[in-house]
Order: sequence, then structure tokens, then C-alpha cells
Amino acid sequence: MTSLPQSTDRKLGLVIDLDICVGCHACVVACKEWNTGGYGAPLSDQDAYGDEPVGSWLNRVHTFEVTPRAEPGAKAVAPARVVHFPKSCLHCEDAPCVTVCPTGASFKRSDDGIVLVNEDWCIGCGLCAWACPYGAREMDGAEKVMKKCTLCVDRIYNENIPEEDRVPSCVRTCPAKARHFGDLADPDSDVSQMVAERGGYDLMPEQGTKPVNKYLPPRPKQDDLAEPINLAALAEPKATGFLGWLDDALTRIG
Amino acid sequence: MHPANSVIFFTVFSGAGFGLLFLLGFATMADENASFLFLFVHFGIAFAMAVAGLISSTFHLGHPERAWRALTQWRSSWLSREGVLAILTLLCGGAYALLWMFFFNPIAPLGWLTAVLALLTVWATGMIYAQIKAVRLWYRLLTPVCYLLFSLAGGMLLFLMLHAAFFGEAGPFLSSVAMVMLLIAWAAKWWWWRTRGDAPLSTPGTATGLGAIGKTRLLEAPHTSDNYLMKEMGFQIGRKHADKLRLLAIGLGGVAPVVLILMARAFGGDVVWLLLAVIVHLLGMLAERWLFFAEAKHAVMAFYR
Repeated sequence: MTSLPQSTDRKLGLVIDLDICVGCHACVVACKEWNTGGYGAPLSDQDAYGDEPVGSWLNRVHTFEVTPRAEPGAKAVAPARVVHFPKSCLHCEDAPCVTVCPTGASFKRSDDGIVLVNEDWCIGCGLCAWACPYGAREMDGAEKVMKKCTLCVDRIYNENIPEEDRVPSCVRTCPAKARHFGDLADPDSDVSQMVAERGGYDLMPEQGTKPVNKYLPPRPKQDDLAEPINLAALAEPKATGFLGWLDDALTRIG
Repeated sequence: MHPANSVIFFTVFSGAGFGLLFLLGFATMADENASFLFLFVHFGIAFAMAVAGLISSTFHLGHPERAWRALTQWRSSWLSREGVLAILTLLCGGAYALLWMFFFNPIAPLGWLTAVLALLTVWATGMIYAQIKAVRLWYRLLTPVCYLLFSLAGGMLLFLMLHAAFFGEAGPFLSSVAMVMLLIAWAAKWWWWRTRGDAPLSTPGTATGLGAIGKTRLLEAPHTSDNYLMKEMGFQIGRKHADKLRLLAIGLGGVAPVVLILMARAFGGDVVWLLLAVIVHLLGMLAERWLFFAEAKHAVMAFYR
């Protein structure tokens, strides 16, 4: 049934910290590695070693340049900065990809809110990919069915793997700890706390999709310090005691 | 958006076929004693166009052998509703036609039901696109209205041509109705073009949320060559020819058929002029439908600007 659940008991999802992400693409590769052998058909590539390589990936990292707006009364405009931006399915509460599906292959689980595709039912019409404003769904070039992030549903409940591994592959692999997994319906969860403290936000709120995944904004850079820090001085520590007397004496002689 | 040939062919031909079927739903009121040949040709053309379009629409599927599953989710999905309604229309229209043709038993209410179902089918086709908020150009009630009006105009033009084929001339009343329907359909489409919002609903700033800090632009794409998203949603080819194609669509789909109907009125030999009118109209509609997809921009491209 491709109607959306009225509400879900939990809202499992990701919180991605744009202040921390270094754009290493490890999550992208780890996601492809796990999901090519996990839920559903492998994530295929076409012309992988040719001129126009293309393949299905469930998580991708874009890199943006942000030029801060000139603040009124600021001494100078802060310089542009680079923000690495990982993007995968946001497991929206009001997921437009689910309701457009004609076959019932796309569904949102009422217990944990994960949006999944039953690949045995998918006819590969591509309408769900058109309905998603985030580009979270990609048609597999070999299997001809729609692929999307499963929130590693085959890891997070998997009792055959060590407990610390029972998080999505992208979260487990992130060397900078920029990705966090948890229940965003529980206000006491770590992820909800992070969102509350840091002002976590929705992508494209104007599309009305109510994404579960949240993004934490980059912290403002301290470009407006009163005096620039003299880094050279820090490299030459001031000598004290006997060495200090010697330093002074030699300077006076010299 | 990527214009898939199978979907363009489907929406144009099924649209005209269902438009003709709508008119045939009221044919009992005009002539209950229509000949077998008359009914066979009329219903045959309507069904052939509708069915050819529907079959064509399965060609773009990754798994056409599972297409029957698309009939299950009519409670939530417009694509599913469209499939269910199309089949109901064909079943109902088939029963109506066969009872009339073989048992000389035209059942008027069955015809009316066929007409209503045909309209609902075309409406559902338009809603498949009009429901997609991520494509702002389509996300309007005017979108299915245009689909419906073009379907009716195309059906009327077919009816006019067949009328001329059977009775030697199209007649001033039916000719005028066809011209008015073409005019209304293209006026609606003109309004659809005029009222489109060019400002995208989503920008790189809202897509990433970084707009709160300042001006955002893509520095490095996540992949080195075009992926599925770019091919489906980032279709650019032909946008620079959009103005020319729009004139071509209006010229072939609207102006030329009206001129040809007038020529038929002026010079006689109706069926030849009107057959030509049907052909150029369908060609114009193919251009209109191609533009419908090629011109539409998708919200996801905000992540690539």
C-alpha cells in the first residue's frame, strides 16, 4: 500500500554535521560497498572504466562554496568558505515518492519510518524519482529497478554483527564523526539533542516533504576578532629564569 | 525533464483516442441505426489509438512484465488510477460497442458511462504530472485541464474527418464545433505557458540550507559524468529551440487544422482536407508534448547549480 502511515512510532534517520564533514567521500564508498551486497539487487555500474562511467549510488557528496552576506556594521565581508554536503534519502514524513508509486513497491514503514522499495514489485517506471525533489532515488542500470537508501535496514537490526556496527554503514565509517544515526521522534535521543542545540534544519522546507534527516549548519567562522593572532610569536616562546637573564644579557651586548 | 518517446506517443495518441470515445459515448443520441461499418470504423479507430498508446507506455518501463502491479494502488497513485480507468473505459466502451454492433442494442447509459470514464482517464494522465511538486511548471490544475481539452479537440477532429468520410461532407455545425474546441484547447495551453512561474521554488540556498549564511554555488559535483538524475531531471537539449518549437506546435496543432477545415468548407472534397488536418494536428501535438517534458525543470537541479 503506497499510502503514507498517519504517524510512525519512531523516526529513524540521520543528522549530518556540515561543520565537521571534510568531504572525504568515505561514506559514499562505504554505502556502495555495503548496499551492493545487502538489501536487494547489487548497485551496478555501467562503463565503469570507460569514458562515461555511471552507476547507482545511494549517497553522494556535493561540495558548495558559500559567500557570507555582508553583515550590517561589520568591518569586512567574511571570506567565502567551502562546505561539503553529503546527500542521501531523507526518509520524509510526507514522502511524495511513496504516494506516486503505482505498484505498492515503495512504502514507508509505520514502526520506524524508513522508506523502502520492494524491488520484486518495482516496474521501473521512474515516477518516484521524478517525485523526489532531493534526487534520492536512482534507477539501477542493470537491474532496472529503483534504488534508494535503506538506512541500512539490514545492519541496524542485525544481531549477527557486533553492537557497535548496528548503525548505517555511512555513519559507522565516517572518520570525522560528521554523521549520526538515531530516533528523531525521541526528544531525549542524542540526535534530537544535537538538532536542538545546533539548530538542525530541513532541506527544501518549501517542498512540504517534512524530512526526518536533519542537517547541522556550519558554525560561524571567527573572522571578526579584534586583533589578528600573531602566530609567529607563539613559535618563539619567551625565555624565563636563567635563560631569560642570558637572553637579555646577550641582547644588550649584541 | 527527459522526454521519453514512448510516453509522448502514449499521451498524444491515447488522448485523441479517448477523446473520440467520449464523443462516441453520445452517438446513440445522434443515430441509433448507425451502420455496422460506421460503428466498426469509429470504435475501431478510437480503441486502436487508445490501446496503441497504452501499450507504448509500457515500453519505458524497466520491468514491463510486472506492469499489472500498477493497477493495485489506485487509492493513492494517479498513475495507478490512470491504468485502472483506462481499462475500465475500454471494457465499458467495448461492451457498449459490441452490443450495438452485433446485437443492434445500443444502450445509451453504457455510452454515457464510457464517455465519463474516458474523460476521467485523460484527467488522471494529466494528474500524473500535475501532482509532482518538484516540477513547478507542471504542478498546476491547468495541466490536466490542458490534457483534457487537447484530448477532446483531437477526438472531435477525428470524428469530423470520419463524418466526412462516411457522409461526403463534414457539415457547418460539426466543423464549427471542431474549430471552437481547437481554439479553446490552445487558449488554455497559451494560458498555461503564460502563467508559468519562472522562478524556481527551490534554490541552491534552500536545497542545502546554506542560503541562511549567504550565496551558495556548487564548487564540485559529486560525480564526474552525468548520472541518472542528470539524464532524467537535467534534460537541457532543445531548450534553446523552445520558442521555435512552441510556434511549430501551435502552427501544426492548432492553426493548420483550422485552416484545413476552412479549406474543406470552401473547396469541398472534405475528407482529404480533414485527413490532412488530423495528421498535422497529431504532429503538432507531438511537438507540444515533447516541449511539455523538455521545458520542465526539476527541483533537484538546485543541487547542481
